[in-house]
Amino acid sequence: MDKLLRLIGQRLGLGLLTLVVVSALIFFAVEILPGDLAEAVLGRSATEETVAAMREQLGLDRPALVRYLEWLAGAATGDFGNSLVTGERVSEAIGERLWSTLMLATYAALIAVPVSIALGILVALLRNSLFDRVANVLTLTSISSPEFFLGYILILYLSVKTGWFPAIASQTADMSLGEYLYRTFLPALTLVLVVTAHMMRMTRAAIINLLASPYIEMARLKGVYPLKVIVKHALPNAWAPVINVVALNLAYLVTGVVLVEVVFVYPGIGQLLVDAVAKRDFPIVQACCLIFAATFILLNLAADVGSILTNPRLRHPK
Amino acid sequence: MKNNLVKSSSLSRRAFLGTTAAGVAVAGLAPSALRAEPKRGGTFRIARGHGQTTDTLNPGTFENQFMNGLAYAYSGFLTAVAADGSVVPDLAESWEASSDAKVWRFNLRPGITFHSGKTVTPEDVVASINFHRGENSTSAAKPLLESIEDISVDGNTVVFTLSAGNADFAFTVSDYHLTIVPAKDGSVDWQSGDGSGPYRIVEFKPGVSVTVERFENDWNSNRGYFDRVECLSVIDANARITSLVSGDVHAIDKLEPKTVGLMARQASANIHSVAGNQHYTFAMSTNKDPYTDRNIRLALKHATNREEIVEKILFGYGYIGNDHPIGKGQQFFNSELAQTPYDPDKAKFYLKQAGVDRLSVELSVADAAYPGAVDAGVLFQNSAKAAGIDLQVNRVPNDGYWSDVWMSEPFSAVYWSGRPVEDAMLTLAYSSGAAWNDTFWENARFNEILVAARAEIDIDKRRSMYWELQEILNQDGGAIIPMFANFIFATSPDVVVSDKFASNWDMDGERWWERWSFA
Repeated sequence: MDKLLRLIGQRLGLGLLTLVVVSALIFFAVEILPGDLAEAVLGRSATEETVAAMREQLGLDRPALVRYLEWLAGAATGDFGNSLVTGERVSEAIGERLWSTLMLATYAALIAVPVSIALGILVALLRNSLFDRVANVLTLTSISSPEFFLGYILILYLSVKTGWFPAIASQTADMSLGEYLYRTFLPALTLVLVVTAHMMRMTRAAIINLLASPYIEMARLKGVYPLKVIVKHALPNAWAPVINVVALNLAYLVTGVVLVEVVFVYPGIGQLLVDAVAKRDFPIVQACCLIFAATFILLNLAADVGSILTNPRLRHPK
Repeated sequence: MKNNLVKSSSLSRRAFLGTTAAGVAVAGLAPSALRAEPKRGGTFRIARGHGQTTDTLNPGTFENQFMNGLAYAYSGFLTAVAADGSVVPDLAESWEASSDAKVWRFNLRPGITFHSGKTVTPEDVVASINFHRGENSTSAAKPLLESIEDISVDGNTVVFTLSAGNADFAFTVSDYHLTIVPAKDGSVDWQSGDGSGPYRIVEFKPGVSVTVERFENDWNSNRGYFDRVECLSVIDANARITSLVSGDVHAIDKLEPKTVGLMARQASANIHSVAGNQHYTFAMSTNKDPYTDRNIRLALKHATNREEIVEKILFGYGYIGNDHPIGKGQQFFNSELAQTPYDPDKAKFYLKQAGVDRLSVELSVADAAYPGAVDAGVLFQNSAKAAGIDLQVNRVPNDGYWSDVWMSEPFSAVYWSGRPVEDAMLTLAYSSGAAWNDTFWENARFNEILVAARAEIDIDKRRSMYWELQEILNQDGGAIIPMFANFIFATSPDVVVSDKFASNWDMDGERWWERWSFA
């Protein structure tokens, strides 16, 4: 177990280092965007005087490197500063949006992960059957279509034509959980369709790969039922790749939902990031990107640990 | 098939009441006598194509229509623009101007309170206007108020002293930035969202939605019929349409001309198209070659096929422009000015006058300038070809368009919302040294008449002056104005809209909050 803790520690350290590198990349990438924050904030109202007054108010006249180091020091203590545009605390601006995005991602994940793994097992069991082919074609079609297109198709058939679900996922403060799940069903379903194929096909491939192994043949010769062969004998050895793919897709659910948010008018973090970039609101852009980077790093870490836990051989390297 | 396309070319013919010392005293915003008293109640939901997470309630930063509309909902102003385009009392029940239009006295309506219960005092008005003035002000309305020399309080009257006469000053103070907010510690308290408009803000989530409730102590009982309004920011045009079609909202704005036809087939929606002063331009920097030459400008103006652009970019939801920014519904629109036609031979003639055979220019466009700007540029390229003009269309990114392209590149596409008052529009974009003079145009005669017309109170003299200004712009100005675009919006059948839409802003002059009701 010590070894495992040390391993997690090492991974976390590497993750932190990656985050610092990412933060520098983000900061200077934002810096070289065309346009100027003061002008962007004032928009068409920008005149020379108003721009100069605003630049001074915001401290934009100081060198970029100084601002970066100050910000990094603040971020290390959880203080992302204030939004340059609204003056609101970044943590406050992001908090509610991040929560919304995580809610939607969780909603989608709770449907997508069990469904795709179950489907994966089922198509492995019934491989090369008609069911296998249909499932493959459908999931591949949905992953190959852009999310916004899938979203519009769902809106057309499940909202406009039938009126079963609302077309936009607008939120109210005093919404019950049931109402929330109902109003956000279409965006969640879109996300489910987008991520299912990847996870299902990885499960299928990993299991089928193992089915050729001698120990599976042994199990079969003993007369074990096919489903039991897969669930009891093949699946434990297939977990490692499956967990990796699941982690990647979970990260995607958090970071890649901008289009789905736009189509369904869901107030998540993606829309916040897009607005912040358009307005050159550096603190919010940087904080969002750091959160996204951290999400990827943490989920990858979780995937690694998960694979090690499910596979004792990895815990005792030769 | 039932076609519910309601085409109302509501052109404002404002009866400008003059600015004589006798003053203007109109008894409130009385609705049209023909219309029955609208029903009160209900929660109105609307999806709007504007709004950003970076919006704040600081009135100096209002820059999109989401905030423009919200300002009219929660806040009071000294004056307001009525549906017919005239200026009517709001917080000021009457006003007088001196004979040279330099001193303006606004008499406040007594007993008006903010939503918090605090009385609206002349001191609040002074602080609210001063918030947009002064060296440290970052307000977008700062240039509007530059001519103010002094603001003082005289009993229940606020007195403005201007450095130069301005017969339209009562219009100026109706600008959506100039909200009257409570004074606090030498400045104003805009943070609380307190105001004296027909609706009180319940919850404001920038870039997402705003929820307001009717203010029960509103001084004007002839407005604000909904109990509650939920205004959502829905940037995606398709999402707006589906939300209306599926019954999620009662109204949507900013319909795209190219999809209106399909939308009109939906019997469940009433589509409204209002001709206003919103116009799209191609701005040439008259301080950069080759646009310094008036003949080059005229050649390009004659190389623009305006009818084709209105037909293919606006799908008919608009009308052609004559290279000046005055809409055909405005009071001083020059109806006798010859329309600049699409005439490649004449364009060639002007090129010859300029001493060139062929002209090669680059036009910078992005859809950020206006929807369809890139396509309009390509149409322009095509029509200019016949005149021997090689027009390169340079498509630039939407991001940073207003800071890096507009007024930096010598030839670019621009949109203007227009202004209800001729002077405001001409001063804003064409007067010498104006911050938004995007054609960098300097014309001594124009500037002279513009200042004189502003202070002129004889309406016939004013008319002839504004007519000449339009002619000068048409012949010499640096902007090609091929089209005026209608405002297009849609409502569900259970919504009762105004008999006649205001055209000074989109969505019934952004006063839909108080003018519309449920059936």
